Amino acid sequence: MKRAVFGAGIVLLCAWTIVPIYLLALGALGGSDVVYAWPKPFLPLGSSAHSFASFLAIEGIWPAMLRSMEVAALCMIFSIALGAPAGYALARFAFRGANTYRLLILVTRAFPVGILALPLAVTYVRLGIYDTALGVALIHTALALPFAVLVTSSLFLGIPRELEEAAWVFGCSGIAAFRRIVLPLALPGVAATAIFAFVISWNEVFAASVLTVRHKTLTAFLLSVLSESPLQAQLAGGLLLILPSVIFIFAVRRYLFAMWGIASR
Amino acid sequence: MVSQTAAAPSETPLREAGGGGVSRRTALRPYILIAPSLVFLLLLFFIPLVQTIALAFRTSAGTGFGNFGKVWNDLDFFDAVKDTFALVVVAVPVQLALALGMSMMLRHVRRGRDLILWIWSIPLGISDLAAGLVWLAILTDKGYLNTALFQLGVIPGPQSWLTYETPVVLFCAILTAELWRATAIVFVILVAGVQLVPKEFEEAASVFGATAWQRFRRVTLPLLRPSIQTALILRTVLAFETFAVVLAIGGTNFPVLISQAFIWQNQNQDYGTAAAYAVIVMVVSLAATAVYLVALRPRAGEPA
Repeated sequence: MKRAVFGAGIVLLCAWTIVPIYLLALGALGGSDVVYAWPKPFLPLGSSAHSFASFLAIEGIWPAMLRSMEVAALCMIFSIALGAPAGYALARFAFRGANTYRLLILVTRAFPVGILALPLAVTYVRLGIYDTALGVALIHTALALPFAVLVTSSLFLGIPRELEEAAWVFGCSGIAAFRRIVLPLALPGVAATAIFAFVISWNEVFAASVLTVRHKTLTAFLLSVLSESPLQAQLAGGLLLILPSVIFIFAVRRYLFAMWGIASR
Repeated sequence: MVSQTAAAPSETPLREAGGGGVSRRTALRPYILIAPSLVFLLLLFFIPLVQTIALAFRTSAGTGFGNFGKVWNDLDFFDAVKDTFALVVVAVPVQLALALGMSMMLRHVRRGRDLILWIWSIPLGISDLAAGLVWLAILTDKGYLNTALFQLGVIPGPQSWLTYETPVVLFCAILTAELWRATAIVFVILVAGVQLVPKEFEEAASVFGATAWQRFRRVTLPLLRPSIQTALILRTVLAFETFAVVLAIGGTNFPVLISQAFIWQNQNQDYGTAAAYAVIVMVVSLAATAVYLVALRPRAGEPA
């Protein structure tokens, strides 16, 4: 009896997560037939090849999606390129200022970083990177970088220093030892961190909306057409936003808890 | 935690051993490694931070509180304050309770733990805008909720919930979307914390006759304190930043502080007033963080 109630609770909580996504997909793939239907079917009966074609042809959604990917890929590269070396330094060297640096990284988390896009709009216009993928990727990196530093630092801590020292003894230079010994061991975790940086950028709305006009990311595009575009287009956009995230969370699921366990210390 | 593929260095290149000067170079090395990220944060965090504050206090008449005066006189300001705090004050505790419950339930799952973990953490990858659109699909006048209510005979036909005429339902709709989306981050942080708590502590308490509730209240909860603190800080700061879900579901019928900053920037093109709103959000976020740091600080005799 107790077991049954427990099981029902688990199933209910799973349904609470999944059913809304299913309903969004119904609306997004069903096209206008489903969106304006009353009462609505709870099964995907109405979706036809026609409605799916109209889903693919929604104006402006594909350029925005490509732009989002471009921004997120840049953010991913910047976060790892800047964050991983710092993480390595924190893990391997005892140096003056290490604690100050760590504190500084933590402090950024108490701030709503997206808001900093407001003055950046002016700076970006002056620098000529307003409305570019690079500009948006930079502020997104400010969001993802602290996370990347903390997570990579503990990844490197988990790799025994002795392995590296052994390589030194056998004549590897510091860089070669890092490349041949540490990097292969750290790579899966670094990849998971990179994917997380991608998701952070992919989902960010405020800064992306403030810093783009004509070349909007998917989130900024959807936000700007909220009040004017047909509902099925909005729902389709929502589905496109969700799908990559769901896949990415699946890809990093083994690291998810280690990462947050680390990031929360 | 990290995958421990024990890859022994099978082939080790034999080259000339590192000579002198290594230690001198090593001393500089950490600084070279952190320098790029420091410069980056200076340019894209600290300078914009100072600029935001400067922008908020700069008016056409010089430096002063003019922009804050405009905020004060903004017709939506008091609604925005009320809505923002109402959302945070209700959502965050419910999310914490829900996430605690979920992470405790997970400990007793025997089969399919990985699948459940994945499903429960899916919303972690979902933006507030997408969450808003998900619940919009469900809650519009011809949406799935109304269809279900209609088929149960509760309502006679399509009905709008998301207008200014139904503020309580609108609030509940946005709250639901937030609970659906953002409980996952609290859950993931707590599960990570639970994994660090040795099961022996609870078993010992159990041996001494503690009930399930006593074990949770006296053993698990205190040990989870650091995780709870982090989860609350992160979630609260993010909650003050949330606005797309509000715009997607409520349009301008449910103003929050950050959506006001957005409107002043993008629609009214008044950067000073937008910055003033931003400064208010920052101060509130910092204050919330400070409260959590003090309220959940380690007690005497507890490890930090």
